Amino acid sequence: MAKAMPLHINGQSVTVNVDDPDMPLLYVLRDNLYLRGPRFGCGLGQCGACTVHVDGEAFRSCIIPLSSLREEQQIVTLEGLGSAEKLHPVQKAFIDEQAVQCGYCINGMIMQAAAYLAKNKNPSEADIRRALANNLCRCGTHVRIVRAVKRAAGNA
Amino acid sequence: MTDFASTRRDFLKGGALIIGFAVASRLTPTFGQAGAVKPVAADEVDSFLAVDADGRVTIYSGKVDLGTGVRTALTQMAAEELDVPLERVTVIQGDTALTPDQGPTYGSLSVQNGGVQIRQAAATARKHLLNLASQRLGAPTGDLFVEDGVVKLKPGGNSVSYGELVGGRSFALKLDKDTKTKDPAAFKVVGKPVARLDIPDKCTGRFTYMHDVRVDGVVHGRAVRPPAFGATLQSVDENSVNHLPGILKVVREGNFLGVVAETEWGAIKAAQTLKATWSQWEGLPERSHLYEVVRTTKINKNDVTSTAGNVEEALPKAAKTLKATYEFAIHTHGSIGPSCAIVEIKDNQLSCWTASQATHNLRKQLAAMMNMPVENVRCIYVEGSGCYGRNGHEDAAGDAALLARAVGRPVRVQWMRADEHGWDPKGPPTLIDLHAGLDADGDVIAWESEFFIPEGAAGNVPLIAASLAGLPHETAYSPGNIIQNSAIPYAFRNVRTVCHRLAETPFRPSWIRTPGRMQNTYANEAFMDELAAAAGSDSLEFRLKYLKDPRGVELLQRLAAFSKWEKRASPQKNTGESNIAKGRGLSYVKYELNRTYVGAAAEVEVNRQTGEIRAARFYVVHDCGQIINPDGLKNQIEGNVVQTVSRTLIEELTWDHSMVTSLDWASYPIITFPDVPEVVTELIDRPNEKPWGAGEPSAAVIPSAVSNAVFDAIGVRLRSVPFTPAKVKAAMQSI
Repeated sequence: MAKAMPLHINGQSVTVNVDDPDMPLLYVLRDNLYLRGPRFGCGLGQCGACTVHVDGEAFRSCIIPLSSLREEQQIVTLEGLGSAEKLHPVQKAFIDEQAVQCGYCINGMIMQAAAYLAKNKNPSEADIRRALANNLCRCGTHVRIVRAVKRAAGNA
Repeated sequence: MTDFASTRRDFLKGGALIIGFAVASRLTPTFGQAGAVKPVAADEVDSFLAVDADGRVTIYSGKVDLGTGVRTALTQMAAEELDVPLERVTVIQGDTALTPDQGPTYGSLSVQNGGVQIRQAAATARKHLLNLASQRLGAPTGDLFVEDGVVKLKPGGNSVSYGELVGGRSFALKLDKDTKTKDPAAFKVVGKPVARLDIPDKCTGRFTYMHDVRVDGVVHGRAVRPPAFGATLQSVDENSVNHLPGILKVVREGNFLGVVAETEWGAIKAAQTLKATWSQWEGLPERSHLYEVVRTTKINKNDVTSTAGNVEEALPKAAKTLKATYEFAIHTHGSIGPSCAIVEIKDNQLSCWTASQATHNLRKQLAAMMNMPVENVRCIYVEGSGCYGRNGHEDAAGDAALLARAVGRPVRVQWMRADEHGWDPKGPPTLIDLHAGLDADGDVIAWESEFFIPEGAAGNVPLIAASLAGLPHETAYSPGNIIQNSAIPYAFRNVRTVCHRLAETPFRPSWIRTPGRMQNTYANEAFMDELAAAAGSDSLEFRLKYLKDPRGVELLQRLAAFSKWEKRASPQKNTGESNIAKGRGLSYVKYELNRTYVGAAAEVEVNRQTGEIRAARFYVVHDCGQIINPDGLKNQIEGNVVQTVSRTLIEELTWDHSMVTSLDWASYPIITFPDVPEVVTELIDRPNEKPWGAGEPSAAVIPSAVSNAVFDAIGVRLRSVPFTPAKVKAAMQSI
């Protein structure tokens, strides 16, 4: 039986009807709300393509059961971080550095980096590499991604 | 709090939309004059481009952007040739109803073949437009010039736009191979680091990947694969899932099993819950004996890929002979996003949205499997996660086709991670024997090599759904054109290189980025280094001695300067007492011996205690002729280096006798940020030469550059990819 679940996503309160309260958040974002920032990569919390912010922290939405979320928790996706008209400094840095190949992992890279930079000022390159160590990229865009995050760290 | 319906509208306004493809069921879209079918033949200008009444140009490309920036490069090439601004060019990719079949997007051929064909079509169109303008303006074409899609009479005066000349009408013109293309000296956008067109949307969640496509009425399917590759389906308990909400159907066709549900999560739960009984199957070889299995596999034929002089006579006369065996592990593609497709079957016409690199081939495969005329099948490319060869996209399309037929509704299939790691076709294992002789002066007098690789070339890899369901499918192997670069670029007096084409390989094979060229170049360039060391020569000097190709010589000389190559023999003498030994090594390739030249110098650090290799820095010099987009090219080179360091140091498939066991990123790790090397590139641009491919060649030199640098550091030769710490330590103990 469908259950109504209240959530707060990208500054809006929404109620979604789901069959299974333990369904991971990612499926609500993609299939109920048609958001395209968070992406399915592994469903195991290993790659980071599905990363969103929950109360400012980066989380893997593919392994967050809806039932574990409280209504007042603020969920932000890539779309809520910034827009084409008003880019977040990390998004702008990725565009400026052309730090994308296929871009499938880029949601996770931007969301992870944005959450990290919000709490860590003036990180070294080694700090940035460690902060992104659990985000996977297969195209080998790492060199540019590090450059973009360094640039954003200067701007942010 | 707002209700879901209005919130959804708000979300949709924000740019996240359902892709309602209006053209979905129109298999023969009209074109130009009412009722005409758009041509796709490779000899028609209309096949490649159209100009609308507003002067906007649409390019129809059979080659697709796999995340490499090809769309931007093709846009540059077309805009340059037509003299229109970049923003007025749109590229339609890989739609079998609209785009010419320019071959699959593989082999580093998108610019070299696809782009050059589009350039020629654009040049033909431009000449035609100038002729029309000449009549309209009453002036010879020599007095005309084009600016932003407007033909103008100089100096000033009358003008007429492309839109006014042909807008919305067809060219009805044969592509003229002899029409002169633009003089590179006049290039305005080709050769410039134009920002990639897709990147802003990819950074803001606006880009539409295959995984984002939805069509009206679509439902969700998941395949349920056997637990062993060769297992047969004995029974299915449908009652095990009938209680789940939204379940539509359990689909069984031979050994093909799948579920369809109203929601994606419903389909995932059903696939996980479904109870099925399969036969036992244990047909995979013992993993620790892989290369013995490869060596003893039946040879179906021998491809002699080069021969000079007489190796058999020369080798016994050598003052010194060297023999070595090289191995290269089985790799998975490992796209970050899984394979995905949607199939809709309506009025006996099948539409497939897919991230396949070969929509024109997939169309034929689906038609064969579904017993439908090819004309009734349309495949439409939508960009997916990075694609480095024939992965699972075609198979996901096959799954969706069988499920859609069974439920009579459009079905979307997105593989799970274990499907991707377990069932994508693999890069086959490669075993290479090398044998060479030096004379008393340290000159190479003979070179002999044998490559043990599966038979087959770059055909269609059979669809899993068709194989499991017992429906028509290919039976021959298609591992890619893996004999390439088995022959060497060096002029030795006596040479024989032969590929033993094996009747069997353990896993369904396909091509993964730089197929064969990577494995073969690894063995050749590492063994070349063995010879240099045996001769007491510097690796660079040694290669230059036998390299007669002036472009290759120039490349290596530039690499030496760029990387500040220290000329001396390897291994280095003074490695100090520290646990960390540093070394440098280089490698060279002329891709397929007929195009792009790459040289790389690697700097590595080896931990003698742990056996860990740190690839610290790569210097890469690259000559692919005319460069279309230097920043896009650098992005590709960096990606090739990083991805191949991962493959070289870390990656290998694992399995038991029934199934792949490396089914996720924990069991099949890839490189992560802390281990990523620095990559510095020097591009050699030759605007007056042909533009050659760049998607793969720089990957070919990486494994050997690393192996050679490790030898320089610790005097140990690594002949088995991946170079794991255990192998490094074992190799250190054996000397």
